Amino acid sequence: MTESADIGIVFWVLSFVILVSAFMVVSLKNIFHCALFLIMCLFSVAGIFVLLDAEFLAAAQVLIYVGAVAILMIFAIMLTSNLASRKIRQVNENVSVGVFVSVLFALASIILIAQTHIWHYKTDFTPVENSIVILGKYLMIQYVLPFEVVSILLLASLIGAIVLARKERS
Amino acid sequence: MFYYLALAAILFSIGMFGVLTRRNTIGILMSLELMFNAANINFVAFNRYIITESMAGQLFAIFIIVVAAAEATVGLAIVLLVYRNWKGIDSDNYSVMKW
Repeated sequence: MTESADIGIVFWVLSFVILVSAFMVVSLKNIFHCALFLIMCLFSVAGIFVLLDAEFLAAAQVLIYVGAVAILMIFAIMLTSNLASRKIRQVNENVSVGVFVSVLFALASIILIAQTHIWHYKTDFTPVENSIVILGKYLMIQYVLPFEVVSILLLASLIGAIVLARKERS
Repeated sequence: MFYYLALAAILFSIGMFGVLTRRNTIGILMSLELMFNAANINFVAFNRYIITESMAGQLFAIFIIVVAAAEATVGLAIVLLVYRNWKGIDSDNYSVMKW
């Protein structure tokens, strides 16, 4: 690959943090520590978005994932499990199958990516000015129907969560 | 671009490992978030390296984030409901979906 010049040290640090913390998320015993490592992983993904010139997406990632989803996870963990003294196995009996399938999938996809030469991607591009303005125009003009549909989806999931989690009084 | 795609592939595999092997339902949901993030990295990388002047990849990533938030909300509500009924959230607790 000829583009390794514009992959800097920042990318390697960020991807190292992402992969290590993602591995911690799936392998640690204490589920609360898993949630904290999940937050670290999502922060680093936001850094990757900044590297890829997607500033708005990085901000949205920090706001929604780190600020909302991860906190929601932590709330659910605190509401459900007696986590501090949990020493039982956190994995089921499919560990060997899971390792096999995941390693196979990773190797296959990386080999396929490395062998594909059909992309004529640019290495000498200039980053788009005012990407947030362009994004907003897309959302309001060309993609206004998916925008509205996704707002209906959010409303439905809000109502669904309330209905599911409410205590039934009979 | 190869490095971004390889990073996303490895992240997706780690998430898939978590989904396949976790017993705790919240652990499964967190691994799902990892897989969503891998997909997002792919979308943004393709957007930057192939269609730089358009923003379609970033828009897809935004919609993925919204859908993931909705999924996490409903999933955690179901987790709370399951905990109230079965007093535990391990995924082999509730092989029965009625009561």
